[in-house]
Amino acid sequence: MGRHVVRRLFQMVPVFVGATLLIFLMVNVMGDPVAGLCGERQCDAATTARLREEFGLDQPVWRQYLTYLGNVLTGDFGTAFDGRPVTELMATAFPVTVRLTVVAILFEVVVGITLGVVTGLRRGRPVDTGVLVLTLVVVSVPTFVTGLLLQLLLGVEWGWIRPSVSSEAGFGELIVPGLVLASVSLAYVTRLTRTSLAENRSSDHVRTALAKGLPRRRIVTRHLLRNSLIPVVTFIGTDIGALMGGAIVTERIFNIHGVGYQLYQGILRQNTQTVVGFVTVLVLVFLAANLLVDLLYAVLDPRIRHV
Amino acid sequence: MRGVTRARWAVCAAATALVAAGCGNEVSGGGAGGAVLTSSWGDPQNPLEPANTNEVQGGKVLDMIFRNLKRYDPRTGEAKNMLAERIETSDSQHFTVTLKDGWTFSNGEKVTARSFVDAWNYGANLTNNQKNAYFFSYIDGYDRVHPDGGGKQSADTLTGLRIVDDRTFTVRLSQKFSAFPDTLGYPAFAPLPRAFFDDHDAWLKKPVGNGPYGIESYTKGAEMVLRAWDGYPGKDKARNDGVTLKVYTDTNTAYTDLLAGNLDLADDIPAAQLANVRGDLGDRYLNTPAGIIQTLAFPFYDKDWNKKDSVKVRQGLSRAIDRERITETIFQKTRTPATDWTSPVLGEEGGYKKGLCGEWCEYDAAAARKLIAEGGGLPGGQVRITYNADTGSHRLWVDAVCNSVNKALGNDRACVGNPVGTFADFRNQTTRQKVQGPFRTGWQMDYPLSQNFLQPLYYTNASSNDGKWSNKDFDRLVDRANAETDTAKAVGLFQQAEEIVRDQMAAIPLWYQNGSAGWSERLSDVTLNPFSVPVYDEIKVG
Amino acid sequence: MSELIDPVAGIGAETASARLDRPRSLWSDARRDLCRNPVFVVSALVILFLVFVSLWPAAIASGSPLACDLAKSRQGPGPGHPFGYDGQGCDVYTRTVYGARTSVTVGVCATLGVALLGSVLGGLAGFFGGAGDAVLSRITDVFFAIPVVLGGLVLLSVVTSDTVWPVIGFMVLLGWPQISRIARGSVVTVQQNDYVQAARALGASHSRILLRHIAPNAVAPVIVVATIALGTYIALEATLSYLGVGLKPPSVSWGIDISAASPYVRTAPHALLWPSGALAVTVLAFIMLGDAVRDALDPKLR
Repeated sequence: MGRHVVRRLFQMVPVFVGATLLIFLMVNVMGDPVAGLCGERQCDAATTARLREEFGLDQPVWRQYLTYLGNVLTGDFGTAFDGRPVTELMATAFPVTVRLTVVAILFEVVVGITLGVVTGLRRGRPVDTGVLVLTLVVVSVPTFVTGLLLQLLLGVEWGWIRPSVSSEAGFGELIVPGLVLASVSLAYVTRLTRTSLAENRSSDHVRTALAKGLPRRRIVTRHLLRNSLIPVVTFIGTDIGALMGGAIVTERIFNIHGVGYQLYQGILRQNTQTVVGFVTVLVLVFLAANLLVDLLYAVLDPRIRHV
Repeated sequence: MRGVTRARWAVCAAATALVAAGCGNEVSGGGAGGAVLTSSWGDPQNPLEPANTNEVQGGKVLDMIFRNLKRYDPRTGEAKNMLAERIETSDSQHFTVTLKDGWTFSNGEKVTARSFVDAWNYGANLTNNQKNAYFFSYIDGYDRVHPDGGGKQSADTLTGLRIVDDRTFTVRLSQKFSAFPDTLGYPAFAPLPRAFFDDHDAWLKKPVGNGPYGIESYTKGAEMVLRAWDGYPGKDKARNDGVTLKVYTDTNTAYTDLLAGNLDLADDIPAAQLANVRGDLGDRYLNTPAGIIQTLAFPFYDKDWNKKDSVKVRQGLSRAIDRERITETIFQKTRTPATDWTSPVLGEEGGYKKGLCGEWCEYDAAAARKLIAEGGGLPGGQVRITYNADTGSHRLWVDAVCNSVNKALGNDRACVGNPVGTFADFRNQTTRQKVQGPFRTGWQMDYPLSQNFLQPLYYTNASSNDGKWSNKDFDRLVDRANAETDTAKAVGLFQQAEEIVRDQMAAIPLWYQNGSAGWSERLSDVTLNPFSVPVYDEIKVG
Repeated sequence: MSELIDPVAGIGAETASARLDRPRSLWSDARRDLCRNPVFVVSALVILFLVFVSLWPAAIASGSPLACDLAKSRQGPGPGHPFGYDGQGCDVYTRTVYGARTSVTVGVCATLGVALLGSVLGGLAGFFGGAGDAVLSRITDVFFAIPVVLGGLVLLSVVTSDTVWPVIGFMVLLGWPQISRIARGSVVTVQQNDYVQAARALGASHSRILLRHIAPNAVAPVIVVATIALGTYIALEATLSYLGVGLKPPSVSWGIDISAASPYVRTAPHALLWPSGALAVTVLAFIMLGDAVRDALDPKLR
């Protein structure tokens, strides 16, 4: 077990370097950020040159990347164009997005798995069909449409929520944005649970339990659900990173100043330091979540042992 | 956790219900009571230094916390003395500035001649990377403080600035510029307290100025809380207790928040919401002219667009655009069809001349077809209008312009929009002369002078002349106008220069942009200045 | 990361092993199953209709999607214009019909690209294992770690072409790891089977084992995931348009129309309703098709 973790941690190094390099190159392709700094006016040549030097843009890309990586390892994520250290941006943005992600995942877990269990146990019944159609509709409407409509209906027409989230961004305010963010994955979790449950229903250990005459509730929770949750847990694990980084649309609609907002601003202003810094942290989160999921397997399914 | 969440939600829902029902008018904000209003804001792009701020959002704050030698009247745009008691000159090149007595910064420090001279030297100095440095380029010695073109910097201060005493300093320009005093209302010319130089980082975290508002707290990227400064010595003392600026990523969300009662003032109402605005807000909506003009510039560096008869193609395109219809349908009259290359906010005496463009700005499909045919047709058979898709409602109007051109020319593909993902990349392509075909130019005036609408955009190699249009006669007229001490004569010369722009159709004028704002029932006396920034100090709350 | 990580691969792998004791071929079984499944029949009909519309839009819409008259902006339905007009005064019906071509092209081409690239790379990695496999797994991790919308914003913001190919290329670039992982897991499981061992023992070449024995038996989960992904790619195009980096004019697509109409939802809801309705039905059809195929290929669920 310990060796497995160490090996996995070791494997993270190339993934980390690769992902940061990839995003670094991608942002670099976007071109020269200095051009946009002087508004509708061309920055004068001398100032341009100085700014390029200050942001290290006068160096070849590979050297920029190495310098950047070196700085990151010492905890220096650089400075955004408005003069704020990127670490400061992270300190304000990540807590907000983490809360948003927590809300979204709670939705996935509570609503998604419940619906999945209900439909999985009642395959082919009206409940099953109803939920099936509902989840599919959710998947097939783009998030920004769902978000804008919910904001308009709940926020303006009915006045149930505030259409935007304040800068404190408490859990209460994040319920609707969290639901919007979770919606697509929610549908996925429901369907995954349903399929997995249906498959496991006919497996030997469940049949044995049934034959022993165990109470239905116990069979469902102890025997059926536990085994069926493996793929679901996997999905949610990989989804954490996607949710945090994929909140660009949701955060924009509800005016949440989290990671998605910073990334969006960073991209619009072609701020390499911000974008790469945030993605770097997201990559770390993604890797950690994956490792965690792998370890969770062993808990859910004792047959799996990492050596 | 779920219990907590639910309880909070209930509270939140109840609170929102109260606000919606109009029971509580305690609209969110800093939590501080009193007549404080919340207003929409965008995250400033650059650090909030006066000589480093070149966009409206940063300018909004500077307008609240700084007062300059001159201030542009919020209604007429006229440059009036603010801190300056008088600015005297006999030759339009040497100026003597005398300050009024009794002005201080909100930290108690006196505003002296030195406050200005230090600030201007800082702004001009190349080592400080100030993006508005060129505003000081008329001042003698600029080329040594800020050498352009690779030279070494050989001085730290401008030789043209000299402190006489606490309340007097002199300015020597490197050339004659009669309107120089009128440019001094621009934020870059603000005075700075010693704190700015002594502890720069601390100042940036919480800027201190000499305006009617002081900054109470500033959470970068989220909000800024400003409080009216009780000790403010000027006549334009704030009539409210403070303003909380809230950052919005999307103007649409700000507008939605205004409707839901979470925001008091939203300026820059998105085009898509303009159709609803009367029904949503009734009289609580304002649409006033601002010093902004939208034009289509051409790549004169591309020989396809710079042939002998190309002027006819440009004129033809101009006549193929139904400005009337587009401003009415897309912008709900928050834009006015342009008939010259300046702005109505200048007024007739300031150089605005209604109808200067004449028939070339009037929609006429038949004339457009004829002109374009005479000019040799569209280069490559198609025009691509390049614009940045990330901000503003550019896509809306570019699509509308193209549809108008297509309809006039009877060809579905005569004109297509060419969106560029980000503003930075758009600027990259325009400044590096990579754009093929016309591109969007939006010009917001720095100061209300016709010089500012012509020289930066059409003078040979000027900083915003991205199309690289060049005309010797135009340049000569502008030089003469700048040297002219008689204002009326100068305006006349600028108008002559503008006629050359028209005859060559250096850029197609589209429309004058208005400022728009909507506000909640708590507010009254909301106005916008000619820079489309709300006049916060005049707003009354409750 | 082990193959266990992917839920769908796991399901597919079980499918592959469970079907071996059946005398009839899985595929013929599945075909019979599908033809009797109303969900499949309906979604297949919808897709056929979409393909027809994409190929011959003029057959059901007479006007041009680019002929717009601002004078008619946001008008409601009228004779000859059943869906009304959008903000630019274009006929919503015509644009919805013509939008099908772009949206279906994006969906189908992106899926084909992703499926081909992903299954070839993933399959080879699973088959040969070793260092190549380890490297590929790490590479898929790298791509997985980058949020898709973010990648789109960055990469597509520099594109100047007004064709669908950059958007498709981007989807393939960031989408292949998903399929690659599934294909790899599937191949690894199938490889354990007796008949593969037997073929190996008989001295069959690598290419023969891969093509004749492994590929046909490992392809099912890829097909299932691909059909579902197809729907999400069409929806993704709309999101990219909303962020201003999607397809460029004069392309006509549902995504462009939805993002253009969404701010106007209060004044002209019909302009939003029709393209999003068409998009939803299309995505729904592909997902249901994928679902039906999955059920048919999974004997346990019979």
